[in-house]
This record gives sequence, structure tokens and C-alpha cells, in this order.
Amino acid sequence: MNTVAFTIVAIFTLTFALAAATNPRLMHAALSFAVMFVGIAAFFFLLGAEFVGLVQIFVYVGAVAVLIVFTILLTRRDVEKTRGFNWSGVVIAILVFAGLVWPILKSTSVSIAPPVIKALTVKQIGLALMGAYVWPLLCVGVLLTAALIGALILVLEDKRQ
Amino acid sequence: MARSVDQIFIYAKGWLLSPLAGRAPDWVIQITSSLINIAAVLGVFLTLFALISVLERKILGRMQNRYGPNRVGPFGLLQPVADGIKMLIKEDIVPARADKVVHFLAPIVVAAAAILALGVIPYGRNMTPFVIDGGILFFFAVGSTTELAVFMAGWGSNNKFSMLGAMRAIAQMISYELPLIITVLPVVMVVGSLNPDKIVSAQRYYSLGFVPHWFVLTPWGATAFILFFVSGLVESNRTPFDVPEGESEIVAGHMTEYSGFKYATFFMAEYLGMFAVSGLAVTLFLGGWHAPVPWLAFIPSYVWFFAKLSILLFVFIWVRGTLPRIRVDQMMNVAWKFMLPMAFTCLVSAAVWHYAGRRLSGWLWSFAVVAIVYLGLSLFLDTRKKFAPRTYRFAE
Amino acid sequence: MTLSIFLIVSATLFCIGLLAALSRRHAIFILIGIEMMLAAANINFIAFWRFAPQPAQPTGVMVAIFSIAIAAAEAAIGLAMVIAVYRHFRTTNVDQLNQLKG
Repeated sequence: MNTVAFTIVAIFTLTFALAAATNPRLMHAALSFAVMFVGIAAFFFLLGAEFVGLVQIFVYVGAVAVLIVFTILLTRRDVEKTRGFNWSGVVIAILVFAGLVWPILKSTSVSIAPPVIKALTVKQIGLALMGAYVWPLLCVGVLLTAALIGALILVLEDKRQ
Repeated sequence: MARSVDQIFIYAKGWLLSPLAGRAPDWVIQITSSLINIAAVLGVFLTLFALISVLERKILGRMQNRYGPNRVGPFGLLQPVADGIKMLIKEDIVPARADKVVHFLAPIVVAAAAILALGVIPYGRNMTPFVIDGGILFFFAVGSTTELAVFMAGWGSNNKFSMLGAMRAIAQMISYELPLIITVLPVVMVVGSLNPDKIVSAQRYYSLGFVPHWFVLTPWGATAFILFFVSGLVESNRTPFDVPEGESEIVAGHMTEYSGFKYATFFMAEYLGMFAVSGLAVTLFLGGWHAPVPWLAFIPSYVWFFAKLSILLFVFIWVRGTLPRIRVDQMMNVAWKFMLPMAFTCLVSAAVWHYAGRRLSGWLWSFAVVAIVYLGLSLFLDTRKKFAPRTYRFAE
Repeated sequence: MTLSIFLIVSATLFCIGLLAALSRRHAIFILIGIEMMLAAANINFIAFWRFAPQPAQPTGVMVAIFSIAIAAAEAAIGLAMVIAVYRHFRTTNVDQLNQLKG
């Protein structure tokens, strides 16, 4: 049952990822990108990290995907399709894939059976965030504030004097 | 006796699952149980949608000193059947140059998001359809996918009005998503969990024998409830915030090019979103399915939940009948300059209440925090000067 | 459901993201490719956390949460830059952005 779910989610995610990477129509590729993130969140649910999956849907599908479609709208001319596809990228991607998969298949230590774990509750994540990980939390807060202000400044129109 | 009436639906589901109990593998029982839950939620809320669509028109009519629909069935209550038949037999017009796939999928995604959000709300004792540890986060995660679906509707119609309407709708929804979520944070902080069941059970106490420990009866809770309710109004695109679907401005905004059943799906998704936000407000602030006083606890829990839900829906309809549409820039101003600071104040006020011991001194300190920030904001956000004095011209 | 199958899926996703980043000529698609690569790395983190010897520290989950936050910030800045560049050069094709002076 678990294997069936995993296979369905994997095929779903990879199909939409391929569609997002290769579809010449801009908007369809951006929307497949959003659907792909739902598939990745399903992976997180299968792995037992529900909080991360929900945060993924919230942040990526709810915010990043909307940003991307807005940017596509604001930066398009009347041509719908994009031109240009560099085939050497495909060769490099296949080489990198081979380089990543070969050690995975060769090493024996990663073919272990899944252990039974306790689910990680939100309370434990909260305690960890406020305990051992409080410095990274504050730094990410500062980073997000800087990103917010920086993005606003980058897109503000120059005021005519 | 009261307990068995209260749990009657749990017993019914157990009776439905009993033929499978010993004989089927575990995953079959789980999937069947989930399907029964889903069917129950859909059945109840689609009936409620039909009922509210006619009740809203009748209540609005009464507020406007006229009868609502009263021809079809007794007191017009079969009007949704007539509306449904009308929507189903209408011709489904798709613009020739529209993006067929995106145009088709948009209403489905909006409706799916609204229905998913209904699945984590506790409707009664042991009656939450899906118990998820991060239930509140799940609710907001699926709520945020509505924005992308609204954009899909506007863009897929290949129509400038639809595109403008969708952009306005997304700007409105994103601006008010922040106050919506931050006003929920004080409740989560005080309870210590994102699980809606735990939040409801944290409100089960009564002090002095008759005052319930609902969060709306605390200063930070009352402010947070008002802000949450207003943000919920905005998120479901209801008047006075219905700029995205303002009929006098941009035809129907992102729903312009939809006809027949797809328009009905958008309509249904708006109402289901309303139910979901009201249900969450009842869960977080109004004590969920608990009775207001302990001696009324013999009334089943789901009756209390739907009674509170009905009161909130009546307030939604009342506000629609009373207030005019708010201008887009006024709406954005209120969201970013007023509601966001007030939402953060609720968070600070809840912390003050908790650390001052949750007794009378805690009440006074947290009320002081909220009052000071509110008065400060009213002084600094001086909106009176932005409007010119009214001049009246009468016909001579 | 062994660890290696999760790693292979995340490697595939990473390479599809690399494909998008290297072969598309539209600036936004390069950003989409980068986001895909970050998501693939997140899957890796969570998969290793899941298959770690018990009792497991929540380190994998924490890193994934911070990675999502940082990726969102980086996407926002990247898209703001794309808009700013478009305003200046009226094109988003990265092959045509080959002059240093504006």
C-alpha cells in the first residue's frame, strides 16, 4: 500500500517537473511548477514530516508560485511562447544524473528497511526552534526582512524629479 | 441518554463499518472510514449551501423591506432546486481563444480548496473528519491555494476585465491573509497546539459556575475575533469587500467568462469558504462545540456548533445588507496600516494575559495594551484630512 | 520503500531542475529550475532524517524548514531583479543580457 502510494506520487511529481522544465508555453509551465510542489509535499507526508509538507504548500504554492505568475504577467511582450532551448543542457543534466545515481546504487548502506519512528509533533518542532535553533530562526527573520525591503526597492519606479 | 444522542453519528458510522471489521485488511477499513467522513461533510455542507443561498436572499430582502423569493415551494425554500436546474441546463460557453485546460480547471481547484478546508474543523465531540496534528496550518495552506486558482480563472479567460479582476482579487486576498493568520497565533500560543481538537478542549472550563472560558471573552480574544471575522469577510470576497466580483465595476471580475455550472461552482466555493472561515472562528474563539453554560450541556454538541455557525453566517449576511462596497485603496490601507499592527498587539496582549496569571490583573493589563495601541493608531493614522469636506448640490 | 529509492527520485528531480536552469533561455525559468533543485535537496534531507538510526534528532526537519524559508526569500529577490532588468532592457531572454553597461 505504501509502495503504491509512493509510485503514484513519484510519477505525478516527475511528470509535472518535466512539464515545468520543457513546456514552451510560459503559463502552463508555471502552473505545472505549482502542481509539482503539491507532489513534493505528498512526498513529505509519506516520509512522516507533515509539518514541513504543510509549510511547503503554504509557502511555495501559496506565495512563490503566485509571485512567479505575476512576474510572468508583468514581463511579457505579446509573444506567448518562449524561444530558445539549449540542448547542451540536456547532456549535462544526464551526466549529472548518472553521476548521482551510480554511487546511490553502488553503496549498500542506503538499502536499509524503513524503521518505525514516532511522528514528529508540531510541539517538538516548536521546542527545537525556540531551543537549539533560536539563532538560525532570528537570522532567517533578519534575512526575510532584508529580502522584503530589497525586493520592494528593486521594483519601485524611479520618481520623476 | 444525552451522551448517546450526542454520539449518534459515531455509532452510525461504527454500524456501517461493522461488516468490514474483522474481515478486511486495515487499509480498506481506513479508506472506507475516510470516505464515509467525506460523504457526511459533503452532504451536510452542500445542503447548508443550498439553504443559505435562499435564506440569504430572503434575509436581504427583509432588510430591504421586501419579500425575498417566495414562489417556489413553501416560503420559497425550494428555490435552490430551481436555481440548480437552471444552472445545469444553461449552455456552457467557453471563449474561443481561452486557454481551455486552465479555464476548465480553475473552478474545480477553487471548490476543492474550500471543501478541503472543511475537513479539519471539529463539528462535535469526536466528530472531526480528519484529525491532523497541524490542522490550523492545513486550513491556511489550502486557503492559500485559492489565490492561484483565482488567477487561473482570470488568466484562462483571455479577457482584460477578468485579468484585472483576478489581479485585484489576489491583491486583496494576499493582503488580508496576513491579519487572518496572525490573529490566529494568540490562540495557538495560549493553547500550545495547532490541533483544532486541543484548541476546543482548552475552552471547556467554566468559572463562577456559568462563565465559559471561551477565548472571545478575553480582551485579546475579542480583538482577535473581530479582526479574524473581518479578514474572513475579505477572504471570501463578500460585500463590503467584493471588489473582485463587483457587478457595477468590472462585470463579474474573474468569473466573467464562466456560465452555467462553472459559475455555480464558483458561487458554491465562495459560500463553502464562508462556512469554513465561520467554522474556524467558532472553533478558535467561540468554544467550538461546548455549551455556553454547564446546565445546557445535555443538548448535543453538533447542535451547539451549528447554532454558533448560524449566528456567524447571519452576521455575514447582515453586513452584506448594510454596508456599501469599500474602495480598493481604502481596503489596502486598512489591511496594512491598521489590522496588521492590531494583530501583532493581540499577540503581545495574549502573552501579557498569560504571564500576568490569567486572572483579573491579567485581564486589565492585556486590555490596557490593546487600548493603548488602538488609541495610538487612531491618532497616527489620521484619515480625516484625506477626504475633502462634502459639498451638496441640490436641484434648483 | 528503501532509502535509495527516495534518493533516486530526488536525484531525478534535481537533474530536471538542472535541465530547466541550463537549457531554458527565459530568466524566470532559470529561477524555476533553481527552486526545483532546492526542493529536491529538501526531499533528500527529510529522507535521511526518516531513515536515520533511532532516536533521531529533528535536525533534518529543521534544516528543511529553514531551507524553504530561504528559498522563498531568494525567489522573491530573483523575481524582483527580473522585473527590474525587464524595465531596463525590455527583454527577459538571458542571451540578450550581454552588456555590462546599462
